[in-house]
Amino acid sequence: MVKQSIGSGISIRNLYKIFGSNPEAYIDAVKGGMTKTELNEKHSHVLGLKDINIEMPGGGIQVVMGLSGSGKSTLIRHINRLIDPTAGEVIVGDEDVVKMNEAELREFRRQNTAMVFQKFALLPHRTVLENSVYGLEIQGVPREEQEKQARRWISRVGLDGFEDNYPNQLSGGMQQRVGLARALTNDAPILLMDEAFSALDPLIRMDMQTVLLDLQKEIRKTVVFITHDLDEALRLGDRIAILRDGEVVQQGTKQEIVLHPADEYISSFVREVNRGRVISAEMVMTPLSGEPQGMAIVQGTVLEVAAKKMTDGGISMAHVVDEDGKPIGGLDINEVIAAMVTPVDHESAAA
Amino acid sequence: MDWLSSFPHMNDEALRALKKGIDEGFRNFTREYGEAIELMFEPVRWFLIYSERFMTNTPWPVILLIIGGLVWIASRSWKITAGSIITLLLIGFFDMWDDTMKTIAMTFVCTLLAIVIGIPIGIGMSRSNRLQSIVNPILDVMQTMPSFVYLIPVVMLLGIGKVPGLLAVVIYAIPPIIRLTNLGIRLVDKDVLEAADAFGSSNWQRLKNVQMPLALPTIMAGINQTIMMALAMVVVASMIGVQGLGQPVLKAIANQYFTLGMFNGLAIVGIAIIFDRASQAYGKRLQRHLEVVHG
Repeated sequence: MVKQSIGSGISIRNLYKIFGSNPEAYIDAVKGGMTKTELNEKHSHVLGLKDINIEMPGGGIQVVMGLSGSGKSTLIRHINRLIDPTAGEVIVGDEDVVKMNEAELREFRRQNTAMVFQKFALLPHRTVLENSVYGLEIQGVPREEQEKQARRWISRVGLDGFEDNYPNQLSGGMQQRVGLARALTNDAPILLMDEAFSALDPLIRMDMQTVLLDLQKEIRKTVVFITHDLDEALRLGDRIAILRDGEVVQQGTKQEIVLHPADEYISSFVREVNRGRVISAEMVMTPLSGEPQGMAIVQGTVLEVAAKKMTDGGISMAHVVDEDGKPIGGLDINEVIAAMVTPVDHESAAA
Repeated sequence: MDWLSSFPHMNDEALRALKKGIDEGFRNFTREYGEAIELMFEPVRWFLIYSERFMTNTPWPVILLIIGGLVWIASRSWKITAGSIITLLLIGFFDMWDDTMKTIAMTFVCTLLAIVIGIPIGIGMSRSNRLQSIVNPILDVMQTMPSFVYLIPVVMLLGIGKVPGLLAVVIYAIPPIIRLTNLGIRLVDKDVLEAADAFGSSNWQRLKNVQMPLALPTIMAGINQTIMMALAMVVVASMIGVQGLGQPVLKAIANQYFTLGMFNGLAIVGIAIIFDRASQAYGKRLQRHLEVVHG
């Protein structure tokens, strides 16, 4: 069976999840506008997810961000149906995961998805190598091929020489590398990462983010990454969806989120963000008037880097060029600095 | 005021009739099916006789080597192995070798049977709350019913001998293995199970790759308990004709032979300790991966 190497897109449509003894009974009421509080107090059912619509393009990193209790972990479990939705569709490629029967679902999980967990969830009685081959083993791939793939990924995540160690002998960061190697060995087009780096300390977390970004350049999978950390979301996400109380409050690119936070909730997050590392030069450039001045800054360069280049060069004006080197706008050091230090809230963004 | 001083019980006549009815019914059942049931146990009887013959007919140094070897394989400890061999040598020296071999054979067969029957039942219980709620009370009865009481129907059904003894021992010794298999599987980390599901494991793969290996230490504790209870019951079962160390103990009780009873009792203690240490050490070795912790 030939597998797709580049990730397929995922589209989640009108997804609802109600937890409780008889969720179907309340789905229409919830669709009709019953609130989470009312559902909980009057009918003691919990509204987990409400009308989620997210289009995740293939081959990119989609981050779903939210605080605890926002339903983000519930959401990611709908993609491989570890949790069954109450209503809605999860379309992967051209198939609806929700409509699959048990055998189809198992096959889908084996061939199309791999998952990395917050608490690693490694098999404690198996060595690093034996953990990594798990996905291929249950697919019935020949042992030799399993080990070849696994060794490649173990080495790729930087665990050379630890193949025969047990998870308990490794630090948290190393254990999660095993989790990542296990998922990558499966070579599925979709990689689901449920708060994969949240249990790691900050330096290790940065390190793992770099590992993931480096790998992603090569593997081009559809990554769904769950996090509660906006910095992590901005660092990794091609697209970000922000969840609150089971609803999507905003989704878009990271720059859209930082520059145009949709409401008070998001602006309160965004205020703490290092904007110099998120906003890129073309977002603050002024229309080009006359000859381009100073040095050329390539489109997509973040402000922090642009400012460094300009101050190093001792100039106050530069110009932004696109990938082909064509000038597309002017850049003033004052505006760069202003953009880096002025927080935007949802009111001024709207104005 | 008669009903206050003595409990108003069922009419004597009716009670007698009831007991008689049940007895009669069971006797008829025995007459009807006793032979068929006996036939059903024929392979077990054959297995039992064969292992007993093996234990008693093999030259003692060979048996000593085999047991020593098994203990070594299970425990990887010189102390436990040496202790086991010394215990067996002492037992032989005090002329209890044959009886001990018979008891070991019986215990071995009973434990094996209890494991083969008990583990699947335990697995079934762990998967279905309903089965659990049905099996649990049955296990309670099996554990609390005085063992002599269920010797009666067993003897009525199968007569006196090895097989009824074996049946009694297995009934008595099987609850721990069932309970601890159930418990062990239910205690398996939910996160790890979810991971197994996420990679598309079938039910069988989940059981084989995750649940059983992670429940194994608990199951081993159950096997250990089962062995101990089987050993204890082998003595009681000597009342219905099971040979081995129980016979001399029974004789000692009947005739107040203090030393005979003591020696044979100590021999039972001796092999119990061998079984216990070896199986516990084995259980511990299975958890080796848990011991080496990242510092």
